[in-house]
Amino acid sequence: MNRRAPGWLLAVSGGVYAFLHLPLLILIVFSFNNSKFSVEWQGFTFRWYQRLLERPEILHGLKLSLLVGLTATLISTFLGTLLALALGRHRFPGRRGVQAFLYLPIVTPEIVVGISLLILFVLLHLPLGFATITIAHVAFCISFVVVVVLARIQGMDQHLEEAAMTLGADELATFWQVTLPQLWPGILAGALLAFTMSFDDFVITSFVSGSGSSTLPIVVYGMVRKTIEPSINAISTIILLVTALLIYLADRLIRVDSDSSGLGDGRKHHHPVAETSPG
Amino acid sequence: MPGSWRRRVVRRVSYPGIQAWTLLGPGMFWLISFFVVPLLIMLAYSFMPRGIYGGVERGFTLEHYARFFNPLYLEILQRTFLWSLACTVICLVLGYPVAYLIARSGRWRHLLLLLVVLPFWTSFLVRTFAMIFLLRDTGLINDWLLRLGLAREPMTMLYTPTAVMLGLVYGFLPFMILPVYASLEKLDSSLLEAAEVLGARPSARFWRITLPLSIPGVVAGSLLVFIPALGSFLTPDLLGGAKQMMIGNLVQNQFSAARNWPFGSAASFIVMALVLVALLIYLRIQGRQTSAGLP
Repeated sequence: MNRRAPGWLLAVSGGVYAFLHLPLLILIVFSFNNSKFSVEWQGFTFRWYQRLLERPEILHGLKLSLLVGLTATLISTFLGTLLALALGRHRFPGRRGVQAFLYLPIVTPEIVVGISLLILFVLLHLPLGFATITIAHVAFCISFVVVVVLARIQGMDQHLEEAAMTLGADELATFWQVTLPQLWPGILAGALLAFTMSFDDFVITSFVSGSGSSTLPIVVYGMVRKTIEPSINAISTIILLVTALLIYLADRLIRVDSDSSGLGDGRKHHHPVAETSPG
Repeated sequence: MPGSWRRRVVRRVSYPGIQAWTLLGPGMFWLISFFVVPLLIMLAYSFMPRGIYGGVERGFTLEHYARFFNPLYLEILQRTFLWSLACTVICLVLGYPVAYLIARSGRWRHLLLLLVVLPFWTSFLVRTFAMIFLLRDTGLINDWLLRLGLAREPMTMLYTPTAVMLGLVYGFLPFMILPVYASLEKLDSSLLEAAEVLGARPSARFWRITLPLSIPGVVAGSLLVFIPALGSFLTPDLLGGAKQMMIGNLVQNQFSAARNWPFGSAASFIVMALVLVALLIYLRIQGRQTSAGLP
């Protein structure tokens, strides 16, 4: 089956890969260009990165983004893992319905989620800021955690747990000593993806963040609208590298897992990251 | 304690679902409070008269939905629908061959897949900015065109429908490739071998086996492109300017400058309704596939 691919197929695919990656590579290269307005190459410089440090709003945005990201990741990973355990380990009436419902936040357009949350927060007189941003981020991260952790649970060998219980471990001991150690890579991958989603989110955050609380993407959006200074390239490069690293790690975690535990279906190359999608 | 295991089994049989609901409880509470309830309030807002300072007043009205029959808004609706559809078709045409190649590439498969997964998760804002950097009047493409003498003055590429379409395809292409790949990857290669032994030409094998069996992936991918395209806000906002508004920009506008929350809610609910219709169509097609015995 592994015959040489026809030339046109390689050409189209090569073109698509270039289309997907060249713009980002160009963006990164020009973050080191020593010229303020021109896209002509004027030599190598780090000054656009240094310029970032001189802008307090960027540091503030970064700090808020990290704070929101970590809090939202902790909460959504916890809640999502519980949901995944319920779906993966229990039969209960309405299970299929719950599973279908959990896909809804993934497919609902961000703008709809953003404005509906804004209406709710205003109605409740909640001041827009850290709390409202975090609540919103948790709401859209939970489903992604569920998808990743559930994939891990379904790939796990249930006989180990049954063996532990037959050998006298009670339910809690089995969970802590058998289930959880096997589940960790999935939970960690889910957490990494949740953090990435939270760290990158612009649309929803733009509705639920007040004027004094701008996350990094909000600050970057403002810069994109106002200036063409290459510091945008510099901050974009940093965001890209951080995200790429996190996604690479999540991908490794999921893959190493399915290879090492893939006794039953090691042949099948399941790819949970590939099967979820950001809203 | 073998007894406790026994007790557990007995307990689960007699109270099915209780434990499950304690696990589900906290997460479902969060999603109902901060996802379902806000959507319902938004729906209620879309039927209420507009308040003076941006809020709503008591009462019931259909005027916000009626406003969509105004040619101005009809045009925005139509544009949103057509552009999302065009974006889906372009993504399918470009993405299917790539998914096909990945599914057939032996040891390069994981790398090729990772190279699609990465942009899939990277910041949409940064990726849109990458497009601006290439397309603007002082951007890289114009710089090269001028230098190569292919143009006398910068070509206006930003703030055109083409720029928006380019941005949409650029943004959503990975959403098409991944599900199509997932369905091609599951394809049983012995079917193709059997067809070959029976004398089917490569093109017949593709059109009569590979393509029909990958339809679930094509449908899933089309949905994953079409739905976010319908709700897109950032792309038309940054690449399209004021003249290429899509419904997402209309919603945003009603909640900021125009301060007409109920009208914005109605627009937003129209997006949501289109999404639900698309999902129902998807579920029907999936249902038909399974009942026809396809994977």
